[in-house]
Amino acid sequence: MINFFLWIGIALGCLVFVCLYRASVGPTVMDRIVAISVIGTKTTVILLLMGFIYSRIDMFIDISMGYAILNFIGTLAISKFFYSRKSIIPGSKYFAERGQKNKCLS
Amino acid sequence: MRYVIVFIILFINWVIWSGLLDLFHLSLGVISCLIVTFMSHDLLFKRKTFKWSDISEAFRFFAYIPWLLYQIILSNIHVAKIVLKPEMPIDPDIVPYQHKLKKDISITTFANSIILTPGTITALIVDDKFYVHCLDKKVAEDLLTGEMEQRVAKVFGEDK
Amino acid sequence: MSILEIISIILILGGLFFFFTATVGLIRMPDYYCRMQATGKGDTLGAVLCLSGLALYNLDSGLSFANIIVSIKIMFIAIFIFIANPTATHAISKAGIDCEVKPWTKKKEVQS
Repeated sequence: MINFFLWIGIALGCLVFVCLYRASVGPTVMDRIVAISVIGTKTTVILLLMGFIYSRIDMFIDISMGYAILNFIGTLAISKFFYSRKSIIPGSKYFAERGQKNKCLS
Repeated sequence: MRYVIVFIILFINWVIWSGLLDLFHLSLGVISCLIVTFMSHDLLFKRKTFKWSDISEAFRFFAYIPWLLYQIILSNIHVAKIVLKPEMPIDPDIVPYQHKLKKDISITTFANSIILTPGTITALIVDDKFYVHCLDKKVAEDLLTGEMEQRVAKVFGEDK
Repeated sequence: MSILEIISIILILGGLFFFFTATVGLIRMPDYYCRMQATGKGDTLGAVLCLSGLALYNLDSGLSFANIIVSIKIMFIAIFIFIANPTATHAISKAGIDCEVKPWTKKKEVQS
């Protein structure tokens, strides 16, 4: 069973590396935030798997809960930072219409 | 009354998360729970009095969760089918949706449920309008029939 | 191998599959509203399935007080993710609408 947990952890680690592609390449800032949030959710599960592998689950579960809460609060904080800012794509034409009505909702 | 309920909820959480049952840790828990209850008792319950209808509301909410889990599994299979097809048949759009709910908690539950059901996420909430991002046209029509809103209204007793 | 272990293996493999579809959606979808369609759902269900599988496996080694407490804690994390993940998704998409990022549509692709 420990080997099974080890392989699941390795598979999740590979998925984290695939998400890192979107976090580093992603065209807008929002793509990066989404990718970081996804990585955080996977890390919560990986921490619990590590707890079972080292048979110290009572210690790792607190770390995992802290990571889940910090991931949620960090995502909220970064997205709140962009609430009042108008353009996140440099040089986009929506930057000029800053004072007008919101254009996304037609 | 609400001081007592908030204190009991906090203390149960303390015991579960510390996991130690000796006198020193329990007294630390009592002191810190008292301080937190004194400072922020109005965050959890806004109303000062206690109604018996709250308990039946909680039971109906727990009966609502299995249906929500079924919807989540359906939506994940929907997304998996779209993503794993090579041509990716999507046609996204933002549609407005007018709702009739009044309480804050029912609006929150409804917005969270929309995100977890097939092909829709709540993009913006203005007063009594949701702007919902839909993955294709059929999903948007399913949402606009308003079946889920009636379920949420029934859970929180707003269907009169 | 007991029955609880088999159930937990099935749950964890299902969770891994939904994590996989969420990641593929994150890479392949055209804009980030559609990417959040994949990640907000796939991550929630994947994490909930994985964590409930781990909680069941933890109960397999005996029903002592410490084991039950640890399983309850794991289910608390699952419930927290179940509530917090849709909220974070909504917050990111609201930030995007405030920044006036146009959503990708099919018509736009035909014109250009």
